[in-house]
Amino acid sequence: MNLQKSTLNAVFTYTLVVVAFVVAQGLIKSGNISSTLRGQLAPICAYIVMAVSLNLTVGILGELSLGHAGFMSVGAFSGVVACVSLANVIPLEPLRLVVGMLVGASCASAVGFFIGIPVLRLGGDYLAIVTLACGEIIKNLVTCMYVGMDSHGLHFSFLTSASALQLEKGGKVIINGPMGIAGIPKLSTFTMGFMLVMFTLFIVMNLVNSRAGRAIMALRDNRIAAESVGIPVTKYKLMAFVTSAALAGAAGALYAMNFSTVVATKFNFNTSILILVYVVLGGLGNIWGSVVAAAVLTVLPEMLRGFNDYRMLVYAVVLIIVMIVTNNARFKAIPTRLKKRLRGASNV
Amino acid sequence: MKRVVFFLALAMVASALAVCTSGSALAAGAIKIGGTGPLTGGAAIYGQAARNGAQIAVDEINALGGVQFELNYQDDEHDAEKAVNAYNNLKDWGMQVSLGSVTSTPGVATSVENNTDRIFAITPSASAVAVTEGKNNVFQMCFADPNQGSASAQYISDQKLGSKIAVIYKNDDVYSSGIFETFKAKAGEIKLEIVSVTTFTEDSQQDFSVQLADAKNNGADLIFLPMYYTPASLIFQQAKSIGYTPKYFGVDGMDGILTLEGFDTALAEGVILLTPFNATASDKRTTSFVAKYKTAHGEVPNQFAADGYDCVYAIYEAIKAGNVTPDLLAPAICDILVKQFTSMSFNGLTGDNMTWGVNGQVAKDPKGMIIKNGAYVGID
Repeated sequence: MNLQKSTLNAVFTYTLVVVAFVVAQGLIKSGNISSTLRGQLAPICAYIVMAVSLNLTVGILGELSLGHAGFMSVGAFSGVVACVSLANVIPLEPLRLVVGMLVGASCASAVGFFIGIPVLRLGGDYLAIVTLACGEIIKNLVTCMYVGMDSHGLHFSFLTSASALQLEKGGKVIINGPMGIAGIPKLSTFTMGFMLVMFTLFIVMNLVNSRAGRAIMALRDNRIAAESVGIPVTKYKLMAFVTSAALAGAAGALYAMNFSTVVATKFNFNTSILILVYVVLGGLGNIWGSVVAAAVLTVLPEMLRGFNDYRMLVYAVVLIIVMIVTNNARFKAIPTRLKKRLRGASNV
Repeated sequence: MKRVVFFLALAMVASALAVCTSGSALAAGAIKIGGTGPLTGGAAIYGQAARNGAQIAVDEINALGGVQFELNYQDDEHDAEKAVNAYNNLKDWGMQVSLGSVTSTPGVATSVENNTDRIFAITPSASAVAVTEGKNNVFQMCFADPNQGSASAQYISDQKLGSKIAVIYKNDDVYSSGIFETFKAKAGEIKLEIVSVTTFTEDSQQDFSVQLADAKNNGADLIFLPMYYTPASLIFQQAKSIGYTPKYFGVDGMDGILTLEGFDTALAEGVILLTPFNATASDKRTTSFVAKYKTAHGEVPNQFAADGYDCVYAIYEAIKAGNVTPDLLAPAICDILVKQFTSMSFNGLTGDNMTWGVNGQVAKDPKGMIIKNGAYVGID
């Protein structure tokens, strides 16, 4: 068989995710899974989608974005509003979650589009700083937002208070400003998370291996050269950026609907950096690396609970060790050496 | 180098496993109480205080013989996601009774889990209404936010403390804005005049000159401060520096201001606050608790510590009255405790004759305190 390297890579990534899903399902069915890990399965899926989508911006497009949590926030809040307000219209829960994720994705992509137009004109450090600012702006705007629902439909209010919504009796406040949303129905399941991860991988890997993807990578490698052969810079930059934002929005909706409460301050600068850490540790441009890094680094702090107050310290040390080890020339040579040895064995 | 790193990693994994297994090897016959709270990070003082208070109560109860408790507090970093992880970790440990979460946002998330898993919970200080709303096995030891807001407005009006009220609150904080909203609603009801409402956030809690100038220009003679004591201490200082001397009225978050390091207590002279706990009270239980806390942790306990202490004692009394034995499963204990809590009356550090409604909210009298000569003095 003479498959292309990209196809092999894709097959490997899908297989990795499917095997992990089947193993986890097996553990759940046989009752061998701890409550801690079981509770983390859906958030892990959300973080994987976040990492893969950010990898599209940082690794494939080559622009450092520090505001990815902002898109997650938009998706989380709009998705939850959609799910809560459609509770009577769509009684089927998985379908309602899918609608919520779609709404989250479209709202996040709209925000990504409007932010992207001015921001993508910048480059390097400036782009990083502006995306950071945009993430914080989204956080502050959501903090000031009030949304309620009664029989007349949705009510919006800004900067005042929940009483300014003028809901009629029996109306319900959905987003309560700084208090965020409380009492979210728990719709997210591991299976839905798995499907979102597969969908994300499908979108991102197909985009990367398409004509558009090659144009995007050409922009990353040398913008001037790419422009000189007629690649429209803004179009392809926006394409990658908006896709990335949309996927982050869907992940946000999945994330929010796994916990009964969500507040805007959760999606701050630290969350953006956390996701960037997943991407960097997994390897820039390496999709399956992002998947593994997001899963491992989400579970790791919980595994370290035995260290009590020192666990974040240990977590940091582990991160540093991983950085050192994965960038070590001798360590990197291990796969090649193994391959050589295997080949040598088969030749004998 | 590589070998060193490898062995270091191996050693860490080994010690992590060792700690895990030692945690699961338990003394038989103890009832396992678990709780989550911010033990690290910006809100750590609240989580640590609640944990330390609860630990003192557990030690006292275990020393009595009879019912034995084992307490396990897990860090939630004041974050809903981490709180659910911490809660699940406690479930793996075998938690039978829960102390919920210390702060509100994590409290909302874990209380839903408590309700689904039928594990009884009483939270020391997660005061948002959403924590107990719609869950029949989650109770609060502290006042719910709305009660504090409306009680404050009622108190100001009853005692005629001020005619023109200014409010400064932290609008990205559940606690602060929750109290403010009910305060405003109640003030409208009883015709209390609010002349100035200004806000600040986590990122802007250093400078209050704009807020104070607004209050001053509108002629406010009382400023209501529903917030924790750290920003309040700056407000007192900055108001003094512009020569503005209104009355101040705080809620339970103001408790602890006198023990704030480097704070000139003269600035807080005359501040009125509604709080359930008074560390300088002279009754025997409070003095003994404060003394124990001081020896163990070197500081005066705040209201969170007292709430944690009371939670454990309330569970203890309910367990004794309901004849709960350590071999019962969590759902069975939950049914007994819910029955006991909704029918019993409890005397603790944070109030006498406390009762709980079926909605999980506590009924107790807030104590009006005024700061005189650097000490809290009861008003009524």
